[in-house]
Amino acid sequence: MKNIFFIVLLLSAQLAFGQKYFSKTGKISFYSEAPMEKIEAQNSSASTALDVNTGNMEWAVLIQGFKFDKALMQEHFNENYMESSTYPKAKFKGKIDNFSSVNFAKDGTYNITASGQLEIHGITKPITSTGVITLKNGAISAKSKFTILLADYGIQIPKLVADNISKSVDITVEVNYQLMPTE
Amino acid sequence: MKIRSLLTLFSLCVLANLLQAQDGDMLSMLGDSQTTEVVTASFKTDRVVNLESLENVAGGELDIKIAHRFGFISGGAYELYGLDQATIRIGGNYGITDRLMVGVGRSSYEKTFDAFSKFKLLRQTTGARKMPFTICLMGSVAVKTIKPTDPVRENFFSSKLFYTGQIIIGRKFSKSFSFQLSPTIVHRNLVLTNAEKNDVLALGAGARIKLGKRTSLNAEYIYVLPNQLAPQYKNSLSLGFDIETGGHVFQLHFTNSTSMIEKGFIAENTGDWRHGDIHFGFNLSRTFSIK
Repeated sequence: MKNIFFIVLLLSAQLAFGQKYFSKTGKISFYSEAPMEKIEAQNSSASTALDVNTGNMEWAVLIQGFKFDKALMQEHFNENYMESSTYPKAKFKGKIDNFSSVNFAKDGTYNITASGQLEIHGITKPITSTGVITLKNGAISAKSKFTILLADYGIQIPKLVADNISKSVDITVEVNYQLMPTE
Repeated sequence: MKIRSLLTLFSLCVLANLLQAQDGDMLSMLGDSQTTEVVTASFKTDRVVNLESLENVAGGELDIKIAHRFGFISGGAYELYGLDQATIRIGGNYGITDRLMVGVGRSSYEKTFDAFSKFKLLRQTTGARKMPFTICLMGSVAVKTIKPTDPVRENFFSSKLFYTGQIIIGRKFSKSFSFQLSPTIVHRNLVLTNAEKNDVLALGAGARIKLGKRTSLNAEYIYVLPNQLAPQYKNSLSLGFDIETGGHVFQLHFTNSTSMIEKGFIAENTGDWRHGDIHFGFNLSRTFSIK
């Protein structure tokens, strides 16, 4: 009897500590505007995971999954700029810095700062961004918006179109997390 | 005994916790959900040089094409190596869907109108479902409207018609190398002599090697099966260089074909590379989104 109690205790401790949330339908969109060319695309199948005990957060997205209105722009994005056959994914691995200020047991909206390593086009750079975590009836959602410079990630703009393409891109990420199955 | 099993259980739990707490990939626990992706950009545009490539204009996009072939380089300095003459084809291709496109054109050579349609039966894919090849079906019709040279012969409209059927089987082998085969049949309603066949069977081959992100070398050769054409006609060989700049594709090339439509560059090719019967030429393509 005692033994069973002990086992249950251990297992429940295990469950409580292993609380991770995930999604495979994270939304990532980007937008850049220059006098000649407005560039925007969406991707609704980013993978992401969040560990509410440590504040660790990861994201991964397939570059080929970004959808543009103009088919030719999408082709050139993959072929000429992101080289998605060589660098198929963009990744983020980091943590929520002020994660202790988020009470995952209580509904509410929490402003957070996340920092970590962002890998795009095969180049990894540290990044810090602000965002919001919303808890509602136990469901966790997160949103963040940040700006990157194409040059930081080795994405070259040919001189011929340098005036048509913005050198920075605004990126928005948004996700509704689900509890990760323990198995 | 009891204690030992408890200890084992405890250590197992600790181990499991350690494994979970490891900074490793949380995402790898999710497993990679494999998606199927269509392979794109096998060629820069929907022509290799003269041959239709396995690419289509995307749905809702209009591609305006202007193509030039100067005269034979063998014309020498007097003809400024062919630059004194030019034939031109002006055309437009429209993607009804990503898989079905239609196009029309008018060639100055023999004042010929042409219309064609190309359908992607299979598309090369990677990922969850892999398809190694792209297969397209292409059909075209051409009307030669130049005034007949023989005033005695009764001229039927049907005598001016030419048809082409083509299967394009191709694959993007790597990000820089693509290759395709194009078995083709050209039907001529009227031919010059009895010795020529109305139906001409040919096998075209086209390839491209990317030199940079926006440039590529293209080559194509069309082998006409023997005993179908009069002996003065030669197989078509073309070498080209593609430059892509956003919405434009410039194709510069050397070819022994004067005509830019199938019935001409497959079955009426008089130029011979060995005699310098080579045209310098270009195709200019500009794509507009009109959906």
